[in-house]
Amino acid sequence: MKNYVRFEFQSLPENVSFARACVGAFATQIECTLEEIEEIKLVVSEAVSNCIIHGYENRPHEKVVVVAAIINDQTMEIMVEDYGKGIADIKQAMEPSFSSDPTRMGLGFSLMKSFMDELEVISQPGQGTSVKLKRCFQANTKEALA
Amino acid sequence: MEVELKQIRNTLFVRVQGEMDMVVAEKLRQEIDRKLETKKICNLVINLEKVTFIDSSGLGVIIGRYKKIAGWGGKMFIVGARPSVYKILMFSGINRLVPMYNNEQDIINI
Repeated sequence: MKNYVRFEFQSLPENVSFARACVGAFATQIECTLEEIEEIKLVVSEAVSNCIIHGYENRPHEKVVVVAAIINDQTMEIMVEDYGKGIADIKQAMEPSFSSDPTRMGLGFSLMKSFMDELEVISQPGQGTSVKLKRCFQANTKEALA
Repeated sequence: MEVELKQIRNTLFVRVQGEMDMVVAEKLRQEIDRKLETKKICNLVINLEKVTFIDSSGLGVIIGRYKKIAGWGGKMFIVGARPSVYKILMFSGINRLVPMYNNEQDIINI
């Protein structure tokens, strides 16, 4: 089965739960467990939070976050994009415990890497950031959703 | 989010309900810190029995409160984390700093 969703929303913290719930609901079209859906919701939450906190530095006025997800049989790809400040040093940003905000733990990219098979970050200062996540699920686990 | 704060002697019990993401984390941080600023609190117990989801923003609030509590020599505990939440707590390494128990009674029995 192939399917695709794409949506955008204002860069508000209140929309993080909306984004992860949408992608989590979309992921139920794949044969996967509830635990795996929770992991999808977690990585979306991390990626969208990054857009709001770091990409737009908590300035929500007229700022947009775009989320897209593609299902291709047992593979799910997720793209989360902002048009904010971008990342100067992607390698440093992806290091465990690194955060540009000292009050945060810097676990976002570590969680994304841990729960997805592939993580790609495309960014340039002033040009926004695009995070692409990919995961292939084992089939025949649908009974876990019953 | 619903949060219930209850003080018993010098220990603050915080019972959280819902999803601990960046919205909830900020509200929770403010409510706990307001109580901690009274200087009458030494220890902190965070009850996650009714928390259905946690991300790094939620983890950040817990670790931030741990730093405060540890700063004045107090103790902090996490209780009741369900498996999906427990898994994220373990991933973060918080369990190495903050002891985790099944329920509040387990702490009272220590």
